[in-house]
Amino acid sequence: MSAPTIDHTLDEILNLAASHFKVSREKLTPDDDFFKTLGIDSLQALDLLTRLEHHFRIELPDYELQGVSDFRTLAGRIQARL
Amino acid sequence: MLDLRQYASLGAALSAALERWPNETCLIEADRDREKVRLTYSDFKEMARPLTRALEDADFEAGDRAAIIMTNQSKWLISAYSIFFCGGVLVPLDYKLSAAEHLQLLAHSGSRFLVVEYYLWRAITQSPQFANFSVGIVLVTEAPAGADLRGALRWEEFKRKGEPKFVARQREDTACIVYSSGTGGRPKGCVLTHDSYLEQCTSLTAWYPFWPGMRYLSILPTNHAIDFMVGFIGPFTCGACVVHLRTLRPEFVRDAFVRYRISYVSLVPMVLKNLERGLRAKFDELKPARRWMLERMVALNKSLTRKRPRVKLSRRLLPQVHKAFGGELRALIVGGAFTDPSTLQFFYDLGIPVTCGYGLTEACTAVTLNDLKPFRADTVGKPLPGTEVRVLNPDSDGIGEVAVRSRAVMSHYLDDPEQTALTIVEGWLLTGDQGRLEAHGHLQLVGRKKNMIVTAGGKNVDKEDIEAEFDGLPVKEFCVFAANYLWPQKTLGNESAVLVARLEQNQQLDDRLRKEIVARNRRLPDFKRVAGYVVWEKDFPRTASLKIKRCDLATEIGTGATRESIAEI
Repeated sequence: MSAPTIDHTLDEILNLAASHFKVSREKLTPDDDFFKTLGIDSLQALDLLTRLEHHFRIELPDYELQGVSDFRTLAGRIQARL
Repeated sequence: MLDLRQYASLGAALSAALERWPNETCLIEADRDREKVRLTYSDFKEMARPLTRALEDADFEAGDRAAIIMTNQSKWLISAYSIFFCGGVLVPLDYKLSAAEHLQLLAHSGSRFLVVEYYLWRAITQSPQFANFSVGIVLVTEAPAGADLRGALRWEEFKRKGEPKFVARQREDTACIVYSSGTGGRPKGCVLTHDSYLEQCTSLTAWYPFWPGMRYLSILPTNHAIDFMVGFIGPFTCGACVVHLRTLRPEFVRDAFVRYRISYVSLVPMVLKNLERGLRAKFDELKPARRWMLERMVALNKSLTRKRPRVKLSRRLLPQVHKAFGGELRALIVGGAFTDPSTLQFFYDLGIPVTCGYGLTEACTAVTLNDLKPFRADTVGKPLPGTEVRVLNPDSDGIGEVAVRSRAVMSHYLDDPEQTALTIVEGWLLTGDQGRLEAHGHLQLVGRKKNMIVTAGGKNVDKEDIEAEFDGLPVKEFCVFAANYLWPQKTLGNESAVLVARLEQNQQLDDRLRKEIVARNRRLPDFKRVAGYVVWEKDFPRTASLKIKRCDLATEIGTGATRESIAEI
């Protein structure tokens, strides 16, 4: 089975983030600063990472999130491990 | 515990600890739910020996500076021990800084040796500033086979056979250079002596002792002043065990409490808040009858622990809560930033002793700590033994700048006599924090005098750290302030930075400029970002040498505008 496209990955991340933090999906865009848009701290961002790991069935070390604050870059990090 | 009075240096004390408790476990390293390393004091010594011996062969000498940039793991402590054993000066750097910041601090500290994790080294070598890299020997841990290390060596292969010679140091010699903040323009490298650490360790363990068999969960970065002391020096000199987690995922942190039956853990307020959120969510899921019962038990526990903690009793009253923390927890130690008293009270009411302290890197680790006799959520505790605290120029409410004097206070800022002279005056460390000492000797903090923010994650952020990223912003002039410095409030918390921009004549704040501000802000690590900006209509006051008169400007803005004028980013 071929890996999903980056756009598909990004879309799934946005859907998951919206449902996990109970915000409207329409409010989230790929280049959003997720700390700001979701109103979360770095530990809550790690929580999101765990959800994403389960969803994509990958393991992401914490450091993959270091310096990442927008959904698009996060999608790139996940895509690289799919 | 070792009697630290008989040791002249950290190397001597740690070395004695390895001899004293050879069969006790000193270090456990876990990655998620997988245990990777478990070492006794004897194993630790065996692991450090070949590295120490190789350091000797590399002509590492007494007083040489060696930096560590790593997440919490066994190689951090083993490397630090080897550096101390060889008489070196440790420079623990925050692994969360950017590669450019790492390079700047490596140069500023004059480190000639570096131990670094592979993913961090990769970032450093890819930085445009890497061309100026001048550290002599670099050891990279956990590098994949075949990776191009750009001249660095593999930590795992840097070893020699034989018995290294211990290099004695004196109490007044420098043990560590610890950067408190200021990566942007003026790094503040706190020079701390062996005496500072040994003195501080004695004071802290007098109130919160460790002993063989007890376990400390190390989740704050070990480069942080708190974890370096409470997650390394303290437990090791008492024969206790440190548990390292390679992840900060809340679910694995919670799991580690149970798996390793943790006795102490140090947290910054952000982590404590996260634990509180998790517990509250669990309580909300309870059926009404069980919820009602829980609330009655909490109320009973609260009344029975008003004067002092009674951990065993609390464990019986609220067994499920205590089981979730492993059943052995003796204290949650909180520091590094302002902690919401309601969060402290929440944990204490559950029978989990939570001790709030106050410290700053310049004072080694801690200045005050709550001794829980009784618990106070509204203060940061009493001065530690051997520490004097004064409030300078108190107002009618007794509020003034907090000053500290003790042997634990740093000797100076590295290569910055001017800043040192402003910070240590007649032997007193001027903290820049405002507070009052109340009748029972507890310190209450009410604000900051200095233009600095401290995040809930315990990070100090100076204005220069942020301004460097806005250099070249197409406006006439700009400046960054802590919002609470412009508009003081007699409370801590909710700290944020604000960019103040003066536009060129006829310049408008258009979409392009706004986007540029947002883009530059995004390049900063999340904890350094400004919360918003203010457009200021007047030229900034300047000195004859054209430096911005920040105090005057702050007063102008503070009186001429309100917090509401901040445009959020």
